[in-house]
Amino acid sequence: MHPAPSVIIFTVLSGLGFGLLTFLGLGLPEATGWAAFFYFAAGFALAVGGLLAATFHLGNPQRALKAFTQWQTSWLSREAWLSTAALIVLGVYAFAAIFFNASITVLGWLGALLSLATVVATAMIYAQLKTVPRWNHWLTPLHLLTISLAGGAMLAQQAGAAAMLLLFAGAVQIFHWALGDRRFEERGHTIETATGLGDRGKARLFEPPHTGSNYLLKEMAFVVGRKHAQKLRLISFAAMIVLPLVIVLLLPMNPFTAVIATLIYLAGAFASRWLFFAEAQHVVSLYYGASGSNPPYQPSLSR
Amino acid sequence: MSLSEPVLNTSPEVSDEVRKTTCYMCACRCGINVHLKDGKVAYIEGNRDHPVNKGVLCAKGSSGIMQVNAPSRLRAPLKRTGPRGSGEFEEISWDEALELATSWLDPVRKSAPEKLAFFTGRDQSQSFTSFWAQNFGTPNYAAHGGFCSVNMATAGIYTMGGAFWEFGQPDWERTKLFMIFGVAEDHDSNPIKMGLGKLKARGGKVIGVNPIRSGYNAIADEWVGITPGTDGLFISALIHVLLKAGKIDLTYLAQFTNAPCLINATPGSPEEGLLLRDNDDKTLVIDRASGTLQPFDKEGVNPDLAASVDMDGVTHKTVFQHLADQFLSDDFSPEAVAERCGVAAGRIKAIAAELARVAFEEAFEIDQPWTDFRGKRHEKMQGRPVSFHAMRGISAHSNGFQTCRTLHILQILLGTVEVPGGFRFKPPYPKPVEAHPTPHCHSKPDCPLDGPHLGFVRGPADLALKEDGTPARIDKAFTWDNPLSAHGLMHMVISNAHAGDPYKIDTLFLYMANMAWNSSMNTRGVMEMLTDKDENGDYVIPRIIYSDAYSSEMVAYADLILPDATYLERHDCISLLDRPICEADAAADAIRWPVIEPDRDVRGFQSVLVDLGARLKLPGFTNEKGEPLYTDYADYMVNHMRRPGIGPLAGFRGNGTESGRGEVNPNQLERYIENGSFFIEHVPAEATFYKPWNSAYQKWAVDLGFYDKPQPYLFQLYVEPLRRMQLAAEGHGDRQPPDHLRKQIMDHLTPFPVWHPPLEDASVDTEDYPVHALTQRPMAMYHSWGSQNAWLRQIHGRNPLYVPTKIWKENGFEDGDWARVTSVHGEITVPVAHMAGLNENTVWTWNAIGKRKGAWALDEDAPEATKGFLLNHLIHELLPPNGDGLRWSNSDPVTGQAAWFDLRVKIEKVKAPPESQPAFSALKSPVGTGPATVRQKVTS
Amino acid sequence: MTRLPETTQKKLGLVIDLDTCVGCHACVTACKGWNTENYGAPLSDTDAYGSEPVGTFLNRIHSYEVEPTGGGCSQTVHFPKSCLHCEDAPCVTVCPTGASYKRSEDGIVLVNEDACIGCGLCAWACPYGARELDLAAGVMKKCTLCVDRIYNENLPEEDRVPACVRTCPAGARHFGDFADPESNVSKLTAERGGIDLMPEQGTKPVNKYLPPRPKDQMKDMDVLTPLIEPVCEEPKGFLAWLDKRLEAL
Repeated sequence: MHPAPSVIIFTVLSGLGFGLLTFLGLGLPEATGWAAFFYFAAGFALAVGGLLAATFHLGNPQRALKAFTQWQTSWLSREAWLSTAALIVLGVYAFAAIFFNASITVLGWLGALLSLATVVATAMIYAQLKTVPRWNHWLTPLHLLTISLAGGAMLAQQAGAAAMLLLFAGAVQIFHWALGDRRFEERGHTIETATGLGDRGKARLFEPPHTGSNYLLKEMAFVVGRKHAQKLRLISFAAMIVLPLVIVLLLPMNPFTAVIATLIYLAGAFASRWLFFAEAQHVVSLYYGASGSNPPYQPSLSR
Repeated sequence: MSLSEPVLNTSPEVSDEVRKTTCYMCACRCGINVHLKDGKVAYIEGNRDHPVNKGVLCAKGSSGIMQVNAPSRLRAPLKRTGPRGSGEFEEISWDEALELATSWLDPVRKSAPEKLAFFTGRDQSQSFTSFWAQNFGTPNYAAHGGFCSVNMATAGIYTMGGAFWEFGQPDWERTKLFMIFGVAEDHDSNPIKMGLGKLKARGGKVIGVNPIRSGYNAIADEWVGITPGTDGLFISALIHVLLKAGKIDLTYLAQFTNAPCLINATPGSPEEGLLLRDNDDKTLVIDRASGTLQPFDKEGVNPDLAASVDMDGVTHKTVFQHLADQFLSDDFSPEAVAERCGVAAGRIKAIAAELARVAFEEAFEIDQPWTDFRGKRHEKMQGRPVSFHAMRGISAHSNGFQTCRTLHILQILLGTVEVPGGFRFKPPYPKPVEAHPTPHCHSKPDCPLDGPHLGFVRGPADLALKEDGTPARIDKAFTWDNPLSAHGLMHMVISNAHAGDPYKIDTLFLYMANMAWNSSMNTRGVMEMLTDKDENGDYVIPRIIYSDAYSSEMVAYADLILPDATYLERHDCISLLDRPICEADAAADAIRWPVIEPDRDVRGFQSVLVDLGARLKLPGFTNEKGEPLYTDYADYMVNHMRRPGIGPLAGFRGNGTESGRGEVNPNQLERYIENGSFFIEHVPAEATFYKPWNSAYQKWAVDLGFYDKPQPYLFQLYVEPLRRMQLAAEGHGDRQPPDHLRKQIMDHLTPFPVWHPPLEDASVDTEDYPVHALTQRPMAMYHSWGSQNAWLRQIHGRNPLYVPTKIWKENGFEDGDWARVTSVHGEITVPVAHMAGLNENTVWTWNAIGKRKGAWALDEDAPEATKGFLLNHLIHELLPPNGDGLRWSNSDPVTGQAAWFDLRVKIEKVKAPPESQPAFSALKSPVGTGPATVRQKVTS
Repeated sequence: MTRLPETTQKKLGLVIDLDTCVGCHACVTACKGWNTENYGAPLSDTDAYGSEPVGTFLNRIHSYEVEPTGGGCSQTVHFPKSCLHCEDAPCVTVCPTGASYKRSEDGIVLVNEDACIGCGLCAWACPYGARELDLAAGVMKKCTLCVDRIYNENLPEEDRVPACVRTCPAGARHFGDFADPESNVSKLTAERGGIDLMPEQGTKPVNKYLPPRPKDQMKDMDVLTPLIEPVCEEPKGFLAWLDKRLEAL
């Protein structure tokens, strides 16, 4: 899948934002006044900024409100509801905390739950897609959720939780990669099942439908080199998990170390999320000639 | 929630108006419905009533809207301002342009009309353009047949009075086995696709013979991936097996072919090898009942295939016996040819057996009495459901003429021509050689030519030679080098004119022929010839006038551009005098008319020729007082008469009800438009088959004006005109070939087809150049036209060289690799791609996708220019020197057909260059480039 | 509305005959022509005359080569692909705005462009690459089965079929109602063993593909040998055979 910057930024930042908001809603830390202001400003900026980034991905963002209508069936619609609800609930909670020094625990807990649900809903947008086997697994929501909570814990300066969550997120990340690498083949999708020509023999793309490019190829036939991906995995794992873990475990937790750890984590998370898309193979690539190690048709190449 | 589906208007207005005309996105001439909204073209679909396409339409036809709106359209007459080849022009008015052209052409006509060479490319008005050239008086006129499929057309006419495509078609309703050889996928494309569809729906079988398994061959039940240039050998082996097994239609051969005619065997006689004739010049046969010599067409004669006659101590045997002797030779056994053809002997036998099975075991009869030319009434029509089709793949070889002949002989031996289930002619065909003109070439100043330029030679007397024996035509058509060049040799015009051989010309006048790019062999050489200057600094070819509707590569090489209208903005005439649109069951012709008006200062080329004809005061275009006869082409279409009662259009003549023959009807075009822009007249039931011999058909053809008296004839298994050429080469007669050509004539102009390896194989080291290289035209593109079409160019915007598995592995190629391809003439460096369904010694690519930078209103970095390429750079119009001091033509020695497909190359992997090589500098576009984004919609 | 209808009254769709399709792309541009002028936004072409043209097409023809399992020469298959109007259409249920829907009347899957935000999720959900986001209009485009043709009272009855079907020169495309077992498409599917694409995705496509018939079978000479048994061994014997045959005629 094409690693569109808008979607990478959206999922990482809003994930981090809702991760942070989760902790704030749970009262970890139980901040009020100016402290609350800064915490919540960070959480809202990340969450809302991420959501705004996502609208850059839309062809007609002016109609974005229509996305609230289909909550019964659509995870994207549910995400819209949940995120809005989370932001409203926690907005009220934050308002009370900042201006009245009051922690309305019930609202906080509800907001935390909604924030978690938002991250899950976001993840489910991907995890529901049978067409992208790497994503189509219960590990995907767990992956996005743990990444988001680990980041949130760091920003919330919850050293213990952050360490635990980073360890957990790291393990899930490794599983997600390892399982993901086998997922396409396990599902049995081949160019032969795609074309129905399997009973005749071994099929191979001879000519693409058009030598020119198209939306599908740009959106869904992204190819990343194996070596390049391996290198990026190491970098992202080091930045997203290992280095923040070292900081969290070895340095005293204060706003400064939290921000440093989070920034390093973000660099890794962006790389991880880039790989999340770039390495995800859509079954439509089969129609464009992808098979085994063969990439799908690339108009930029000579053929 | 599904209850709240949006309300949808499922019956929107389709258009304000539908105007029916004829497509010109390729040469098929399908009927189209042009839907207009607000006076603009909104949608184009096939016309269901039309005889050619019956409603369907191909990818090109449906993209016509993008052609009519293409940014590459020329906008006004152009006069060259920069050097030739630069693309620098100034726009001028039509008056200025036509005055300029007249000032160039008038002195030429008054002094030496042959110094005008007028050649038209994808011209669909050849009966008109040739009429113009004839009235101008130049012998130098032809269209593009010489580098297209003249071998096919000529072999067909000489053998059976017609060939494939415009000449005939399979009996799609009844055929059960269809064998297709080397067909360019765009030729007769909708009818063939429709036919294949019908055949497949009935469960019929298709055998495809083609080195490349694409298009029609992809759906062939059997694919024979033959080695290029060996089709003649393969067909000879089929004939061998069928003859040996006696699986031939003896009745058919005896009745309808010259198989029972007798070949004069008198050694050394000037008649040796000619057919025995009576005093009325009728060929003689032996009547099996009486054992006596009789004219072939005498009532009640039953010609004997097995007889011979002794005269003056010489035994004259029948054509059939000679034919059997030749093809029963072990040289043609499947085992003997298998390796060269790349087809296993067992497969050849299996195919022969299948042909025999379907032709004879699945034979049937239809209840339709008919009467033959000998007056014999037949109660039924015998059907043999085997049919064939072939096109450029077998035609564009130096052995193509005889290969096509061999295929026709196979058809005839099986008795499958003009019978139910077999191959059928489309009126005005069948038409034997005798019904065609001979070539005419005698030009005089200020005088029309002595007759039509092109024709079919019967013997040396018809060659286009001057008194001194030198070629009369600039292209050297109808000379000893290529005596049967019935379509002229457009591909030789520029190189001959540049060399001043046989003479120099003054003005080269071209129409719709992209000679500076994909329509020439040796493209770079041609560009140099067009821009070459003599010692005085003048261009060697002094003047070039070109007419095209679009900014093609050739535009940059002309001095004066006469911009043509697009096909929806002009009148045209698809005439029975020309290349009509008939069906086997009907005669038909068609028109185009301006369904929209041009939004630019352009004119239909034919109307421009009418204007030029009047300015030059050409007879045929002006009356005795020098006044113009026609205001424009539409006026000509209605009012011109070629023979009394016969005009360009056969329909709605006289009072509007007369067909074929009749007086001028001033409302004729309105009647065509009312009828969907075509006219159709059905063949009577009794006349539908056996046309060359069917009295009812002969009468109908005379009624419609195809010929003036019935002329039944025999199919020519043995072609006498070829033998007459050989007799000259043997030293008989006054007109003698030059000595260096005697052997070539003896070897290649054989009255029975022989197979020779392609000439290029003899002149290059086939071990150095082991690979055959071909081009094919994709179904979605027509020549160079598709690239300017925003929709079509996305389908084929670049063309890899397709490489078979063997060569792919040998070279360690991978996707994205490039290769250097070298012929004895030149080299190109191009992208490669793997194809498994390909003859293992053949590479190929799509034709004419590669474009010159700056042409066709494309950006200079368009993939057509950076990754597309032409194979043309590897092909030369001459064979490489062989040490005899002569340069032999890279063409068929019979017809001069350009031997595009003889090409041999070697291939090696190289590092990818920045763009395909050779790369040429950009032309300056006279029309700029197209818009970035297209959102084609008239109304929303 | 992104909830799929329980059942549809009709199941309109296409049968595509891979044994007959010659890969001519006629259906591709006929579709482009009709659908750029009709339903919704025009099908745009960006960089139309430039180095990387990207156009919206609702129907595209892929070409594959198949190497037979048991050896033998490679086969070429032209493979038209457009929306399969799945019974269990995943593109519909993922839509956040309700723009994507499956008509309960006839099962056609459509996009209501006025409601489409161009998020692209439906294209992600489709295994077949049947949906393309128009880069100029920012809305999702897909095959409408020419819903504005098949019921269009301004068209003659025989033309009330999708543009691709009307134009297909080889007759490789058939349109009809799969809910009716007596329809042309149901019968063709039954007779020729019509198949689903990527059945493992569980989308239950309505469109069916007729597989290519077996190819290159003419190797076995045994059955056919008697047909080409020589009439004689010696060349001279041929004339005797000929004479005998002519006598019999």
